[in-house]
Amino acid sequence: MTTASVPLPNWISYGLIPLLNLLLAFFFSGLVVWWIGESPLEALKFLIQGSLGRGDAIGFTLFYTTSFIFTGLSVAVAFHAGLFNIGSEGQAYVGGLGAALAALALDHYVPWYVTMPFAITAAAIFGAAWAFIPAWLQAKRGSHIVITTIMFNFIGAALMVYLLVNVFIVPGKMAPETRTFLEGGQLPKLDWLMALFGLKLGPAPFNVSFLIALVMCYLVWLLIWRTKFGYEMRTLGISPSAAIYAGVPYARIVIIAMLISGGLAGMMALNAVNGAAARLQVEFVAGAGFVGIAVSLMGRSHPVGIILAALLFGILYQGGADLSFEMPTITRDMIVVIQGLVILFAGALEYMLRPAVVRIYQQFAKG
Amino acid sequence: MSLDPSPAPAIELVGIDKKFGPVHANKNINLTVARGSIHGIIGENGAGKSTLMSIIYGFYQADQGQIRINGKPIVIRDSQTAISSGIGMVHQHFMLVENFTVLENVVLGVEGGALLGRDAARAREELKRLQKDYGLEVDLDAIVEELPVGAQQRVEILKALYRGADILILDEPTGVLTPAEADHLFNVLRVLREQGKTILLITHKLREIMAITDTVSVMRRGEMVATRATAETTVEELAELMVGRRVLLHVEKGEAKPGPVLLSVKNLTVKDSRGLKMVDNVSFDVRAGEIVGIAGVAGNGQSELLEAIAGIRKPSSGEILIDGQPVAELDAARRRELGLAHIPEDRHHMGLVLKFEEYENSILGYHRDQRYGRGAFLDLEAIRKDAEDKIAKYDIRPPNPRLKTANFSGGNQQKIVVAREIERDPKLLIVGQPTRGVDVGAIEFIHRRIIERRDAGKAVLLVSVELDEIRSLSDRILVMFAGKIVGEKTSEAGEQTLGLMMAGIAA
Ligand SMILES: Nc1ncnc2c1ncn2[C@@H]1O[C@H](COP(=O)(O)OP(=O)(O)OP(=O)(O)O)[C@@H](O)[C@H]1O
Ligand SMILES: [Mg+2]
Repeated sequence: MTTASVPLPNWISYGLIPLLNLLLAFFFSGLVVWWIGESPLEALKFLIQGSLGRGDAIGFTLFYTTSFIFTGLSVAVAFHAGLFNIGSEGQAYVGGLGAALAALALDHYVPWYVTMPFAITAAAIFGAAWAFIPAWLQAKRGSHIVITTIMFNFIGAALMVYLLVNVFIVPGKMAPETRTFLEGGQLPKLDWLMALFGLKLGPAPFNVSFLIALVMCYLVWLLIWRTKFGYEMRTLGISPSAAIYAGVPYARIVIIAMLISGGLAGMMALNAVNGAAARLQVEFVAGAGFVGIAVSLMGRSHPVGIILAALLFGILYQGGADLSFEMPTITRDMIVVIQGLVILFAGALEYMLRPAVVRIYQQFAKG
Repeated sequence: MSLDPSPAPAIELVGIDKKFGPVHANKNINLTVARGSIHGIIGENGAGKSTLMSIIYGFYQADQGQIRINGKPIVIRDSQTAISSGIGMVHQHFMLVENFTVLENVVLGVEGGALLGRDAARAREELKRLQKDYGLEVDLDAIVEELPVGAQQRVEILKALYRGADILILDEPTGVLTPAEADHLFNVLRVLREQGKTILLITHKLREIMAITDTVSVMRRGEMVATRATAETTVEELAELMVGRRVLLHVEKGEAKPGPVLLSVKNLTVKDSRGLKMVDNVSFDVRAGEIVGIAGVAGNGQSELLEAIAGIRKPSSGEILIDGQPVAELDAARRRELGLAHIPEDRHHMGLVLKFEEYENSILGYHRDQRYGRGAFLDLEAIRKDAEDKIAKYDIRPPNPRLKTANFSGGNQQKIVVAREIERDPKLLIVGQPTRGVDVGAIEFIHRRIIERRDAGKAVLLVSVELDEIRSLSDRILVMFAGKIVGEKTSEAGEQTLGLMMAGIAA
């Protein structure tokens, strides 16, 4: 019962405090930019323009956002059951195998919308399968899920490289990747959606997986807050002893929650593999799994929060790439520093400002 | 030192007002607590007692009003300010870090309280001295979560004293203690008073108010309605001031008509995590239409026995039959399906998920039931409706199923659990400390409900450290000591006899 438990109106908890955290993150990022001798305002301008200024910029931003929504949901689902799934990265990677297999098997014969459900299912199943062993070990043996999922990230990466180099590589080519899918194995771009807003998508890979991601947000919300299973997950996640009292089956919840979590991570591959590259490439996940942890943290493990946080990281990714292009002194590594600051302030230091806000609020409420 | 004949009061509250949204928890409270006195505060569940104490201790800020400590107005912005003004608090719900040791908990957050080398040794010395002076025995190196509740409380008191408290606030300290332990605590409090410390004591037990306080104040629905010199009032008057009506301090019940056996425990042995036998070869039956009470000093295996029956703890040997069915392989949920309901001793760890809204807790353990939603989905409409019914029937305040459970007062939280378990109309009800922390009016109410179970031909197994409660409800009393059942008595048995048995002296 410190200030942490003083009730605040929702608009402060979920609106003002995250906003203040974000401003603080930008302030310190600005200091870093200023310190290396560039103008922070200038940098901010490039960041915003590069991510939201043009149709294709928005397209790229939303493309990244899509990936982060999937991985953010993945982390959030596990988190509600009290599990810290660090393995979304590996689960997404292996999920790519499922997505690619579906595309490779069907793209000659059917249009994309027939392939799509198979690709979704296969990506989810492969991602889930990759989460299964850590889940089982946690449920039955008590091996800590953080450790095992990290290990499985490495194993997954090795496995995928092996498969791409030895099995899927196109004969005579150097790049460790599958052949390019025909249209029947791809997910089409959403230029029509952009056109509704009078924007041109250009070369940006913003595609149908974005809509799938939004559907998944709804389904996850439904799962967690409207089903009996979600109720059991939350009970276990918040109070393991109350879960035992209520007869919530621990092993079952752990395993199923992790399967769902892995499945959502796996679906991230739809965006990168079927949507953007139209082939399975080495390291296509590119850290999206880890960003998912930050996104889930910032989004308070709620689908709406996750969408907003994913959008923020999408902006940072896309805008950051543009920024380092426009201002060469700001290297990619600097962008990573800025992203790190955002994670630090918006996620990890979430409670730093809270006591002060509580105090001001109380003064206010008094007067 | 001045020889001022009338020293400033230790605490003065002037016009304290506090709202939580629509709930007006404290309304224009004025209170004066004389230095070196024990001042009792009583009132119904949700009357605002804990809130008022939290304001004095700096957990909450009053919306209005002034606090004066030793005559000096101060603004208590946080508990740090409170501590440095010499205020210590033992909470209704302990605030200990469960997986830290006692020593670590006590020095946690104290300046110079590093846990290394000399400092730790010095802290240990100091604590040993405090323990000796006040008789607060507890193993300094024990892990807090492994301690029985009674000992955890002693840790809380030690913590406050170690921080140099001059004014000690105790919020329902005896809720978890046996009468003997409570007497012990009161001796500690008397010693403290002799040394000029001031004590604010919240309790629902009017007997305790009469026994130890100098002055008593009564709160009702957020207001301070009366203050009396203890010597000039009576239990009846206080009860009436609190509730606003006459209260039956003892419920009437007729003869038991025992039927078939609904719970059978055979040669049950339960070990704790260290392999110690907490329940040692215990056998007994509970029949339909009777209430069997288990009396005993806290920590003699009653908790483990209840947990084994409820399916929370695995016995190491022996058998449990519910309505004739062996339940060894069934988890808590399956046992519920057989007609078991369980009001756990520890509502915070088991009975409730404090972060849930009230209506979510009103289905805990029964959430798979078809009435709360067909198939995989929850029917929130139905659940909230059901929760509202229980709130109305059990007078849970505030009557808001959407309020976070942590924001209900202690006694109202207990009513949430009691309502959930009893309203299922279970064949067998097992109950641990059913009236811990609930006010006299609600005790009367809960006792009636338990007796109704019996009269409806259901079985009740009751564990309580309140000997009065055991005696007034039970048809048969089993006494537990050191994990064994050392004897059986009827409810006519005297307090003396039972007390000796509970201490392991007589059988
Ligand atoms: N943080 C909070 N948010 C909202 N309401 C609260 C909060 N804390 C307390 N309340 C409400 O304020 C009222 C007073 O609660 P308080 O805990 O002070 O009662 P109490 O007198 O200590 O009761 P009990 O004897 O049951 O412990 C209750 O209605 C309670 O629900
Ligand atoms: Mg209280």
